Formats: sequence, structure tokens, C-alpha cells
Amino acid sequence: MTSKLDSRLIASMPDAQGRFGDYGGKFVSETLMHALAELDDVYRMLSKDPDFQREFDHDLAHYVGRPSPLYEARRWSDMIGGARIYLKREDLNHTGAHKINNTVGQALLAKHMGKPRVIAETGAGQHGVATATIAARLGLECHVFMGAEDVQRQSLNVYRMKLLGATVVPVTSGSSTLKDAMNEAMRDWVTNVDNTFYIIGSVAGPHPYPMIVRDFQCVMGREARAQSLAQTGRLPDALVACVGGGSNAIGLFHPFLQDDAVEIYGVEAGGHGIGTGRHAAPLSAGSPGVLHGNRTYLMQDEDGQITETHSVSAGLDYPGVGPEHSWLKDTGRVTYVSADDTEALAAFHRVTRTEGIMPALETAHALAYAEKLAASMTPEQTIVVNLSGRGDKDILTVAKIDGIEL
Amino acid sequence: MSRIAQRFADLSAAGRKALITYVVAGDPTPGLTVPLLHALVDAGADVIEVGVPFSDPMSEGPVIQRGHERALKNRVRLRDVLSMVSEFREKDPDTPLLLMGYANPVEHMGYPAFADAAVKAGVDGLLTVDVPPEEVERVNRELKRVGMDNIFLIAPTTPEARLHLITDQASGFIYYVSLKGVTGAGNLDIDDVSDHVSRIRLCTELPVCVGFGIKDAASAAAVARVADGVVVGSALVSLVADVIAGGGEPAEAMAAAASLLGEIRSGIDARSVTDAL
Repeated sequence: MTSKLDSRLIASMPDAQGRFGDYGGKFVSETLMHALAELDDVYRMLSKDPDFQREFDHDLAHYVGRPSPLYEARRWSDMIGGARIYLKREDLNHTGAHKINNTVGQALLAKHMGKPRVIAETGAGQHGVATATIAARLGLECHVFMGAEDVQRQSLNVYRMKLLGATVVPVTSGSSTLKDAMNEAMRDWVTNVDNTFYIIGSVAGPHPYPMIVRDFQCVMGREARAQSLAQTGRLPDALVACVGGGSNAIGLFHPFLQDDAVEIYGVEAGGHGIGTGRHAAPLSAGSPGVLHGNRTYLMQDEDGQITETHSVSAGLDYPGVGPEHSWLKDTGRVTYVSADDTEALAAFHRVTRTEGIMPALETAHALAYAEKLAASMTPEQTIVVNLSGRGDKDILTVAKIDGIEL
Repeated sequence: MSRIAQRFADLSAAGRKALITYVVAGDPTPGLTVPLLHALVDAGADVIEVGVPFSDPMSEGPVIQRGHERALKNRVRLRDVLSMVSEFREKDPDTPLLLMGYANPVEHMGYPAFADAAVKAGVDGLLTVDVPPEEVERVNRELKRVGMDNIFLIAPTTPEARLHLITDQASGFIYYVSLKGVTGAGNLDIDDVSDHVSRIRLCTELPVCVGFGIKDAASAAAVARVADGVVVGSALVSLVADVIAGGGEPAEAMAAAASLLGEIRSGIDARSVTDAL
């Protein structure tokens, strides 16, 4: 049973310092403190400005293609034989994932702040593609930082970004994955802070990013809540979403946090299995610390060094997690679990074959847990899963794992 | 009076400017660190900054990033760094020494445990790059308890309104970051540095030292004209690493570092003489 949260407490997070209880904050070099304060001021002003909201809503409707459907996965639910599962179809958005909701919003902020250049970090490449896309549309210069290892395993998305006019910068420092891409993006920002807007792709990073990204992504949860009421006459019994940095999860969860009857599950990447230590599940098996501008649960060793993560999905291969998730874990409102590589791949195949919907490998982690959860529930109950992205980008990875040469 | 404050007071009385050197503990080899620190002091360093290796050194340029990576590969951790400081203190009880690094290793050890262990080892101050005054309360409480200084960065982007927020929490000295960017980057604009240093002096009596982008005697001398001290980091780190990577002996690396530092020292001191005339 999950614990209840007072609605005023939920609405008060983060506080003026950007903290969610003990988590969050602004742990960055002094050079960036002014830029963060400026962003906070501009965002607080624009978020109350009806013209800005109208512009954002207009772009979400006509450029992204919102609202995304809430789709009942009948064959898959029948096969499992438990609760009915509904998929929030973020894979149908322009560029194929939920990431675009946030980049559209942050790019509008960049435009209002008069910044001609945007930068982004990316893991699976979805956020990089979404940023390159909106940069092309607004005529902004765009540099995307990507771990050299991810450049290899996500070559299709790398080429997509290049076609869109972005410069993709492979990062070879550290473990050459998402965390190192974020380090490098921070270094670029500290150097070019005058003319550059850093479009962070998840609810991680220093305040105000976890708040801004959450607010832009909450459109998913608001829609899903209204769609559930319209389609089933009531709220879902449970929500499930995968958690890397955690933006698709917080965007779905947040509008439901005060609905006490709705159980909420965040699914981390179990990699080779939590017991092996080779995973990317800081909430399930990490401890609090400071990385990338905020205090949150981390994968770290006994000396406070950040450890390498392992996941079949590049988008979940991150040693930290958004600070609001850390808070939600400690309060008990959200239950964090994990699905390992094998479980995620199995769910990927099952949903593809029963529904004709090919999910991203990140999303497949949420689907894997949803199967277990649904099986423990009754057909009168419903689950909403965030189908956060489509799986085209992962076809080569899946083929390789299945031993197929394309 | 702390060792850091004492050293700046002595330098000020002698009309000299401080030379502060930065190396990463355990880079390029753990055995080289303590002898290198002594060599730097012999070559004219007034204050020693020791970098604590971290897996994600967000504010460092490529040169010092590689230094952190080499040190971690050598399995040098915060506890090892403190042991190195203890060893350094056996022969050098006077030179002020501060640790420079990132929040997480210190936070993971626990601020009270860190403060006790660091002061016992002979550490005089801490500079945590990713802990601005807004986040410093937990660490400062412990540093004050054991009498360690907390050194803060001020950047070219720091607005007027933040200066007091920083100087109110700071002790030891102020570290002015001479440019927007990472360590080891770009070229200095001395007039710009001078303006900012003057602005900081209106807020604090603490010495103001300047780092980032100081590579040689000329740039060090120019900065020493407007500040109380200069910090040399990337130039030393790359020099030592290059000698060792090229198959050189530790003694050669130390000699090369001492030679560079000697030139920088002369540049700074020549400046003092010129100004005195």
C-alpha cells in the first residue's frame, strides 16, 4: 500500500531553492549560478503568462500532434489475463517519443531569452533528435553531446540529427555514455553561457530544470487522467512508466499524485540483474549523493565515485535519477521496481506481436513490469502504461541480440 | 590564525604575491604526488592545492579531466588523498594546503567525518567546485567546527548582488575564475580580470587570487599585477603527465615542473620589483 501525500505538499515542490525535501538544489560551478537564476526568473514569469501557454499549447497540438491517444491494448491484456492495460501513445508524437514535449517548451524559453544557440545531451538519441528538430524549426544553432559508445549503438539517430542540421559531438571521456555527455554539455554551457541555452532532456540537472521539464511533460498525465475518465468512467488503478532520468514517468505520475487510490510504479533498468551490480537502478539499489547539479539517488561506490551503469537501453543507462523521484521514493507515494534486460526484450517482442506496436527498449522495461502487475490484478481493474517512445531506433540492437545480421 | 591566513599576511608584509599550484592527487602515479608537492614548494609555491579525483569532474578542461581519470585508474580515493597530505605534513609543517574537488566524495564520507580526518591530516581548506553558497550550510558547519577554511569561486558571470552572499561564507582567500569556461581554457583579458578583482575587493578584506588560463611567466606576471595571487594548474598537470607518458623518470617530471614554476615565480616577483620602483 502506498502512502498518501497532501496536495499542498505536492504543489509546494520544489521550494524556492529547488529542493524536493532533501533532494534537488543547485550544485554547480559559480559560473552557471547566474544563468540558472535568470532561467528560473524567466520561467516563473512565462509560466504564468497566458500568451506563452497559448503558444506552447498551439505547438503541442499542431507540431507535436497532441493529444496522444490512450489506447486499450486488448490482445496483450487478454494474453496476460489480468487487469486491462491502456497505453499512453507518446510514440505517436512527432519524432516518436515524449521527449519532444519538453524540447518544444524549452526552445520557446530560449527564443524568449534571445539565445541563438542550443545544446543538449542525449543517450538513446531521442532527446537529441527532438532538440535538433525544434532547433531546425526555429533556426537555432544546435550542438548535441553524445557518448561515443552511444554514437555507435544509436547510429540511426545520429544520422537523423545530422540531417536536421545539428552537430553531433561524440564524448570519449569517462565511460563514454549519457553521464559523460551531460558533463560535456555542462562544460560547453559554462564556456558559452552568454549565447547558449542548455536544453536538458530529463528531470535531472540543477534547479530549475527538474521543475521546468516536469511542468512541460505533465501534459501527458493531464491528458491520460481526462482520457481515463472519459473512456472508462474512472481513474486507473495503477500507473507504470520506465525511469532513467525520469521525465516520462514524472510527466505521467505528477497529475495523479493526489489521487490516493491510484498506485504508481516507476520501473528502472535492471540490466544484467540487480544482484549482479551491473544495472542502472539507483532508486532500487543506490544511495543519495550529488551529481550533475542535484542531490539524488546515485549509483556510486564506497568512495563516492559514480559507477558505470549497464542497460540494454541507452536511454536508461544513467547513474542518477531526477530528484523528485528520490523524494517520491522516500515518501512512499511511488513504488520503484526494476526490469532486467531479458524481461524488457521479452516484453518488447510480446507487445510488438500482439498489438502491432513496436516500443522503444526503454519503454519495454515499463511493459515488462506492467505484465507482472496486470497478472496480479482483476479484469475489472485498469493500468495506464506510458508508451514513451517507438522502437524503430532499436531494431539494430534487437537484431544483434537475437543473432540476426541485417 | 589559519595557516592560509598566516601565509597571505606574511606575503603581504613582504610585498609579495602568492603562487598557488594545483595538481591532482595520484596523477600520473600515486608515488609521485608527495615528492612533487615538496618540489613545487621548493620551486616557489606558497600555497598547495591538491585535486581530489572524481569520476565526473564537470568543471575541468581536457587536461585536468585526464588527470582525474589517471588518478582513479590508480585507485586513488579521498582517503588516499588524506594519507598523502599526512605524509606531506611530516616534512612540511608550514605550507598551507587545500583540497579542491567535487561534492560527492566528501558528502559520501560524511561531512563531520571528512572534517575530522582532513584536519588531522593537515588540510587547511576546502574548495568544492559544485557547492555554491546556497548549498554550503552542511559542509561549512563542519569546516568551522574544526577551523578549516572554505574557499569559494567567484566567476565573471557573478552579479553584484551575489558577491556578498559568497564573501560572507568564504574564508582563507577568494578564488576568482578568470574566464567563462573550464580549467585550462582560453586566453586572459587582464583588464577584465582587473575590473572584477576591484569589484570583489569592495566586498571583502580576503586576498583575491586568480586562476584558469594562467600558463606561463608572462600571464602569471600580468595577473599578479592586479591580484593577490595566481593559480597554476593545467600547465603543470600536462607537463608532468607528458614527461611520464614519454617514458621520463619521476625525477625528470619533477625537474620540469620545478623549472616551469621557477619561471612563473620569477615573473611574479619581477612584477613586484617593478611595481616597487
